[in-house]
Amino acid sequence: MKHLLLASLVAAVPLTTYAQDKPAELKIGVATFLTGPASVFGVPARAAAEQIVEDMNADGGIGGVPVRLSFIDEGAGAEALTTEYRRLVETEKVDAMLAAISSGSCVTLAPLAEDLEVLNLMWDCGTQQIFEQDEYKYVFRTQANATPEMLATVAYLLKTRPDFKTLAVVNQDYAWGRDSWEIFSTALKAMKPDVEIVGEFFPKFGAADFSTEISRLQALQPDVILSTSWGGDLDTFVQQAAQRGLMNTSLFVLPLAESSLERLGSTLPAGHIVGARGDHYFLHPEFRDDPELKAFVEEFREKTGAYPIYSVFHMVQALAALEAAYDKAIEANGGAWPSEDQLVAAFEGLEFQGYGRPVTIREDNQGIEAQLLGTTVQGGEYPFATMENVMIFDGAGITTPIGEESVEWVGGLGPDFVESVKVDTFEN
Amino acid sequence: MNFVTVLLATFDGIAYAALVFIVAVGLTLIFGVMRIVNVAHGSLYAIGAYLTASLTAAILAAGLPPYLGFPVMLVAAVVIGVVIGGPMEWLLLRRIYDKPEVLQLLVTFAVFMILEDVQRLVWGTQPYFQSAALQSLGMVQVFGVNYTVYQLIVLPLAAIVLLVGLRYFLRRTLVGKLILATTEDREAAQAIGINADRVFLLTFVVGAALAGLGGALAQPTTSVLPGIGADMIVLSFAVVATAGLGQIEGAAVAALLIGLGRSFAVYLWPEAAVLVPYIIMVLVLMVRPEGLFGSPAARKI
Amino acid sequence: MTRLLPALLVLAIAAVPWLMPNLQVLLTLALAKGIAVMGVTVLLRAGQVSFGHALFFAVSAYAAAFLIAAWPGADLILVLVAGVAGALVAGLLVGLFVVRYRGIFFSMLNLAFSMIFWSFLEKFYHLTGGADGKRIRRPPVLGADIGRSDFELLLFYITLGLALALAWFTLRWLGSPRGHLFRTIKTNETRLQYLGMSPRHVMLSGYVLSAVLCGVGGVLMGLSQGVVTPDFAWWVRSGEMVFIAVLGGAGSVAGALLGAIVYEMVRIYASAFAGDIWQMLLGGFLLIIILFAPGGLVGMFHRFFPGRAQDGEDRT
Repeated sequence: MKHLLLASLVAAVPLTTYAQDKPAELKIGVATFLTGPASVFGVPARAAAEQIVEDMNADGGIGGVPVRLSFIDEGAGAEALTTEYRRLVETEKVDAMLAAISSGSCVTLAPLAEDLEVLNLMWDCGTQQIFEQDEYKYVFRTQANATPEMLATVAYLLKTRPDFKTLAVVNQDYAWGRDSWEIFSTALKAMKPDVEIVGEFFPKFGAADFSTEISRLQALQPDVILSTSWGGDLDTFVQQAAQRGLMNTSLFVLPLAESSLERLGSTLPAGHIVGARGDHYFLHPEFRDDPELKAFVEEFREKTGAYPIYSVFHMVQALAALEAAYDKAIEANGGAWPSEDQLVAAFEGLEFQGYGRPVTIREDNQGIEAQLLGTTVQGGEYPFATMENVMIFDGAGITTPIGEESVEWVGGLGPDFVESVKVDTFEN
Repeated sequence: MNFVTVLLATFDGIAYAALVFIVAVGLTLIFGVMRIVNVAHGSLYAIGAYLTASLTAAILAAGLPPYLGFPVMLVAAVVIGVVIGGPMEWLLLRRIYDKPEVLQLLVTFAVFMILEDVQRLVWGTQPYFQSAALQSLGMVQVFGVNYTVYQLIVLPLAAIVLLVGLRYFLRRTLVGKLILATTEDREAAQAIGINADRVFLLTFVVGAALAGLGGALAQPTTSVLPGIGADMIVLSFAVVATAGLGQIEGAAVAALLIGLGRSFAVYLWPEAAVLVPYIIMVLVLMVRPEGLFGSPAARKI
Repeated sequence: MTRLLPALLVLAIAAVPWLMPNLQVLLTLALAKGIAVMGVTVLLRAGQVSFGHALFFAVSAYAAAFLIAAWPGADLILVLVAGVAGALVAGLLVGLFVVRYRGIFFSMLNLAFSMIFWSFLEKFYHLTGGADGKRIRRPPVLGADIGRSDFELLLFYITLGLALALAWFTLRWLGSPRGHLFRTIKTNETRLQYLGMSPRHVMLSGYVLSAVLCGVGGVLMGLSQGVVTPDFAWWVRSGEMVFIAVLGGAGSVAGALLGAIVYEMVRIYASAFAGDIWQMLLGGFLLIIILFAPGGLVGMFHRFFPGRAQDGEDRT
């Protein structure tokens, strides 16, 4: 104990450095789920971060400075998370934080980052509310949010199956499940007012059994079943629905299922709509032959034994954004190492690219990212379903305009919105 | 609700109740005999599920037929009873039987925390899904709704066999009678020469094996992933307290109440489904403070 | 020695913001938790283990969050009072029902109520914010808006002050005639009835005190975190409180605070330096304490410094 206290004491003594000096290393803290159900996203993302940074450092790091990562566990509970976050910022003096996966963590950490005056990239959390409720100087989001994700899903559904009459929803009972349904249903009612919602189910988060819901759905026979669930919940729901033949009678719309495709294997039949929470996919129709993406996928597979999923690509985007911001700030600073304020300033209007189309940071710090959705096909090339009939929706048109509140804005869209969205279609 | 939906809800409720009963009965048994609430019960459930998933996958990888997944469940249950349950009683719990109840409860809480991490270290964080055994049994159609044979028939059957078997074991076999005698009065049982230590060890091994069996039986229907143990344990607590402590038949009735309550809630008021076990428990205990089948404890003056 | 050491410890803690500022927030959290654990400790003195006291912890933090959301200018003092009042009312309502029960039924009923509240928080997310919880924005203090660092410093001393004051009050209460009757529930409840007392009344007063203590801890924790989530009411947190109470020394009021500080340190450093196995380390730590030092930290202290038992602890 004494030892620990002493160690903290020593670490607390500030080191005198000049802001403009090139540091010996660039310290980045990453909040991700290492435990709990969401570690299905967090652990692959950690592997990706380590892999990318290793490759970066092999090329000299960011702006010639090697990068060092520290990880903190979002699954350890809110107090441990904020305490650890503070430790990284105040004691370890990290240069930037990437946080976090859960919207709950982001809601907690965004104001904290602002108070601690540390650059924080929200690299995966989906809630659209943070930038709609408050203005931030140090907090940026390097990907889209729930609104464009859901709008693109509605648009894909209406473009591919314009004639359906009934829809039911089975979402996890927590903020994401509720928020995503609110946006989806508001958008759907605005664009196709004649759809009847025949069932709304919110089984508890982490539910192990959906038998009763599935029996009811079989009796209701909706044309379309939406589920924004993810991880074990989604796997269980799809498996139980497939076992009982529900997937043969209803069209499933699963906006997060890209992250479950490999685990579901041959269980997920062809013909269902799948999304990826953004514009990235290991078989991205525009970049799948790009040697960089190919090499990345290969290396990731070698390390983890799995194909990269969206949380991995979100991590790629966050680190790409950071690198692009440093490059931009160094250039603006005449080649000298930038101060924190200069770095933060570089994020305004920043354009960067992960393994999808370029993403730009808007004035309100929100990333404008395209959205990719597709329809499952069991092609035989992989032992699991892949996507065909992929559509990529341009991000600018489906992201809530600055100053508007998402649900209100979405509710004001009309049936002609679907036609006005900029989209590219790829047959396979 | 018409007749058909009532029937459908009943089927779902029974299938769910069967699973809950199998898990909760182990907890009831341990509590009844040893007066210990085993918080680690949920972890044993989770490990049972993980073990079954891994073993079944190994069987399939070896090219063996999927129905071998069923004997594997029993193997997993026994392994958990002997390899985890045995040492837990022998090395930890035995040392603190004379200490306050709260310490015994906390020992199992500590084991719960340790086992949560052990699961993650051994099986990682990705969900496992392995339903080959279930699928080998096929489906049945009832009023146009498909059910898996496994959930509609196998699980309830397993629960009934377990209930009847446990009753027989406790009432008709010598070992069972020794266990019941120890439950009734530990000191008196020891006075007439029953080796209480052995009875406790056996009970704990059986209880742990039942937790593992619950996990094994649940595994083909659900994803196995970190955190499933913590959810199951709270549900089991509710069953045990509703039933009355140590009441095996009571656990069956309580599980059925909770299972049916939950499935009817999904039809009538889905928002309340998650509250059903607790509401049933509170209502039952309001009317019968010792649980459905419990009897008031004798007063000590 | 037995008197000097605790005094020195308190002084050392009070000096933390100046000597080791990066431990300040950690200690605020630990002390807030410690106050809540005192609530669990009170019940342990009556031989009852609650597996659901996180309920009151959460109720008070949510009461604070709702007050601030409805009235953004509400003063810190008012927020604290509202939180504690919420816990008091909840404690009274739940208490009226659960004081009839003893032993495992008492534990399980408390568990049930906390889980019902937890489900409610998750379910009615339009009202409660669901799993993301509700933000607790920094309230003004005596009419003045202050920045985060000053607020945190203030909160640290408020928490420390409340911890000491409430510990003193709790000890006084346990030593009072009412407290003696309350402790009789553990040793011989029937005797209480023969004395013409209603064990339920006695139990209720102790239960409400324990709920209020949990409430004070909860509202302080919420203010320090700036957010309250349903996690505040989750059963594992109730388990954690019992865990800390036993770690400190079951039934010892000082042990509750000491246990919380040690627990929080172990937990934070375990999750910082062994992120993958922090639960395992914590579990192992708990096992060692129970098996080898069942008197907890306070028990160890008294073993090393035998002297007059300070706070009338049960030596059973």
